[in-house]
Amino acid sequence: MTEHIDSIRTYALVLLALLVLTAVTTLVAFVDLGEFSVVVALAIAVCKMLLVALFFMHVRHSTKLTKLVLLGGLLWLVILLMLTLSDFTTRGWIGVPGR
Amino acid sequence: MASTLQEQFDTEAQQKDASTLGMWIFLITEVMFFGGMFTAYTVYRRAYSDAFAVASSSLNVTIGAINTAVLLVSSFTMVMAVRAAQLGQRRTLILFLVATLIFGGIFLGVKAYEWNEKFEQHHVPGPSFHLEGVPQQSHAQLFFSLYFAMTGLHALHMVIGVGIISWLIWLARQGRFTAEYNTPVDIAGLYWHFVDIIWIFLFPLLYLIDRHLPK
Amino acid sequence: MITAAVPEREDYLNVSHGLKSWLLTKDHKRIGLLYLATITLFFFLGGVFATVIRIELLTPGGGLVSSETYNKLFTMHGVTMIFFFLLPSIPAVFGNFFLPMMIGARDLAFPRINLLSWYLLVVGGLFALFAMLAGGVDTGWTFYTPYSTTYSNTWVIATALGIFVAGFSSILTGLNFIVTIHRMRAPGMTWFRMPLFVWAHYATALIQVLGTPVLAVTIVLVFCERVFHIGIFDPALGGDPVLFQHLFWFYSHPAVYIMILPAMGVVSELVSTFSRKAIFGYRIVAFSSVAIAVLGFLVWGHHMFVSGQSLFAGMAFSFLSYFVAIPSAIKVFNWTATLYKGSISYATPMLYAFGFIGLFTMGGLTGLFVAALGIDVHVTDTYFVVAHFHYIMVGGAIMGYMGGLHYWWPKMTGRMYPEGWAKLSALVIFLGFNLTFFPQFILGYLGMPRRYHTYPAEFQILHVLSTAGASVLAVGYAIPMIYFAWSLRYGKVAGANPWGATGLEWKTASPPPLHNFDKIPVVTHDAYDYSTVVGEAVEVG
Ligand code: HEM
Ligand SMILES: [Cu+2]
Repeated sequence: MTEHIDSIRTYALVLLALLVLTAVTTLVAFVDLGEFSVVVALAIAVCKMLLVALFFMHVRHSTKLTKLVLLGGLLWLVILLMLTLSDFTTRGWIGVPGR
Repeated sequence: MASTLQEQFDTEAQQKDASTLGMWIFLITEVMFFGGMFTAYTVYRRAYSDAFAVASSSLNVTIGAINTAVLLVSSFTMVMAVRAAQLGQRRTLILFLVATLIFGGIFLGVKAYEWNEKFEQHHVPGPSFHLEGVPQQSHAQLFFSLYFAMTGLHALHMVIGVGIISWLIWLARQGRFTAEYNTPVDIAGLYWHFVDIIWIFLFPLLYLIDRHLPK
Repeated sequence: MITAAVPEREDYLNVSHGLKSWLLTKDHKRIGLLYLATITLFFFLGGVFATVIRIELLTPGGGLVSSETYNKLFTMHGVTMIFFFLLPSIPAVFGNFFLPMMIGARDLAFPRINLLSWYLLVVGGLFALFAMLAGGVDTGWTFYTPYSTTYSNTWVIATALGIFVAGFSSILTGLNFIVTIHRMRAPGMTWFRMPLFVWAHYATALIQVLGTPVLAVTIVLVFCERVFHIGIFDPALGGDPVLFQHLFWFYSHPAVYIMILPAMGVVSELVSTFSRKAIFGYRIVAFSSVAIAVLGFLVWGHHMFVSGQSLFAGMAFSFLSYFVAIPSAIKVFNWTATLYKGSISYATPMLYAFGFIGLFTMGGLTGLFVAALGIDVHVTDTYFVVAHFHYIMVGGAIMGYMGGLHYWWPKMTGRMYPEGWAKLSALVIFLGFNLTFFPQFILGYLGMPRRYHTYPAEFQILHVLSTAGASVLAVGYAIPMIYFAWSLRYGKVAGANPWGATGLEWKTASPPPLHNFDKIPVVTHDAYDYSTVVGEAVEVG
């Protein structure tokens, strides 16, 4: 594994971006975006996660396998969420005969 | 220097690769661990969105945001520590590890202050629970049950992280880490950043639900 | 014997002595044996509970134990057998022992974590044991809420903590296997030269790593609910008990594959070795393990058809369940195809492999019955389901375990077991098993609910048959205990490769040296290439 050492500048910029995004997500929460507000909040959180993962956790320079592990883990989280919600969001879609 | 290569490995590179992969897989188990709680959160927020909005707005958003910043800064100091370790700079390494420890400590202190506030305001689930402005108290309680479970387990992970970093400082002082061998710092960094990422999601999900609604 | 003059060859058993050398060992082989001892004890304990259950069910009136005690018995039977015997069984014993050897490694990637995971199992087991001795638990192994969180007055927390801790044992084992397979393979050991046992364990490890944490957090939430009275699953506090079931089965359906995939891996080794042929469609069998692991995560709702889950989700989960059957069936077909024109020898391990194939097929097919939404509404919570999963877990997984134990015993101990007795007990187990569990299919179909200790008199004959079968089964399991112990001292000394098998574990001495190989092998052939073992002595009974 070739070790890649990022510059202090890079890390400082990433930190700055993270702090700005934190401010943005906080302020935007006070704006009425309706249903959309949770989407924005999560989108910003995902951006922050990507910054931390790619730069601070060096995923940018890591092996394909590490990336695969990461994606796989997130995919499994999605499976857990989606299939569970497939129950809770569809209650009453189809009536049960005799009930 | 004494060999850091364990007997089951052939090369240092193989050993480091194995440790890193092991840490990533461990982090995936953590994703799924917190994932169970995120699932519960999603199900109930969907079901009781009004109560959750009111309950969320009762949290102190300023403190929450500042604490988020504190944690992000601790991630920065951690990555700087990792960098120092890679460059073999022992003093810088120790310095940044201590800084990380301090920011982590501040985060936990603030968290403790917030929890304490909840006790005083009767926002802790239980017989004496009460939250203004929610017709169904049980639904608001559910929010706080999740709040305590999620922030509590997050804090527990922080405490473990603080322990690990203290141990790293101790090792670093003994000169155990060099530019060639710094895997423990590296993978402890992964852990610390991961715990940070969990908070990156907890903050908007717990503190920022429908803040715009008139209270 | 004039052994005094000849210096004894050094192997992993005699390099060091004393209790400490075992309790602090980092050798994957010794840790495997530690697991073997541990799970054998739990198997025995689970067996005791089962015995009392079966005796109780001899009579319809239920005179032996009270209803409360009966509830505790089947709970403790399930908890012990699933969490402390079957989940660790093949992976923690044979996986530990042979996975590194099969890929030509000196040890697992993280030997200390490996030892830790054994201690976690022991500590978890002690928690559970404490709960049992202190008065038991009565929630069923499934811990459904709100009974487990609010109403049960038994030792739920201690047992749940035990399972929580044992879960981490399982996670760490899986983690160790994944890293080992990725990073520790010998030169030339490419992914498609790995024995199918290793593939099966890779798939198993994926489930352990991705599924178990969800069980862990579910237990944490149950714990919080019981201790702090917060209301995640409590309907009185706005919670939903069905959410518990989702989280529980998200782990526990895949967990059934943690139990069966390793056994499938063992059977692949056995079928190849004892028909002296490469497994038909090697790659497909390898991928089918991974497919089972992945698809196994998409079907959990088939345990919740009558739980109040939406009918839409029920239909989706029912539909998806059929996909898991495909890779399972592929394996069965490919094993049978391997037998075709093979030179089959009926050694004991192979008898178990045959037993596995037949019984797993029955268990799997009845799995399709219960995965059909309409049928399951009728047979859910009856003995039909009990028979289904015992066909797979006892008929399948334990057959695989016993097959593996006989197959690798000479490697682990350096001694052969007595073939005649072994064949006899394999036969006894097969007969006893079917006599125990086949009647339960009929009972369930006729409407006998599970988890009851009284029943209408017309069911008695079938229950008596089942109890009779269980006694036969018990004898079948007792005989090997005796002859294995006997063989340690009196068994014929085994050569390096008594079966003429191809795996790397047979290319080193029996018992193996501390670091498995005197020199790390360089792999030049596919797994199951019998041209590599031509001319080696074969002592098959
Ligand atoms: C072909 C694949 C399989 C299918 C489609 C399948 C389907 C099912 C279904 C639908 C149920 C729920 C029945 C009910 O509660 O009404 C069930 C129960 C069960 N199955 Fe399977 N199964 C399969 C394989 C397995 C395997 C491989 C194992 C174990 C190694 C297993 C172990 C169990 C257990 C333990 C239960 C009972 C759980 C309880 O206590 O409620 N199954 N199976
Ligand atoms: Cu299932």
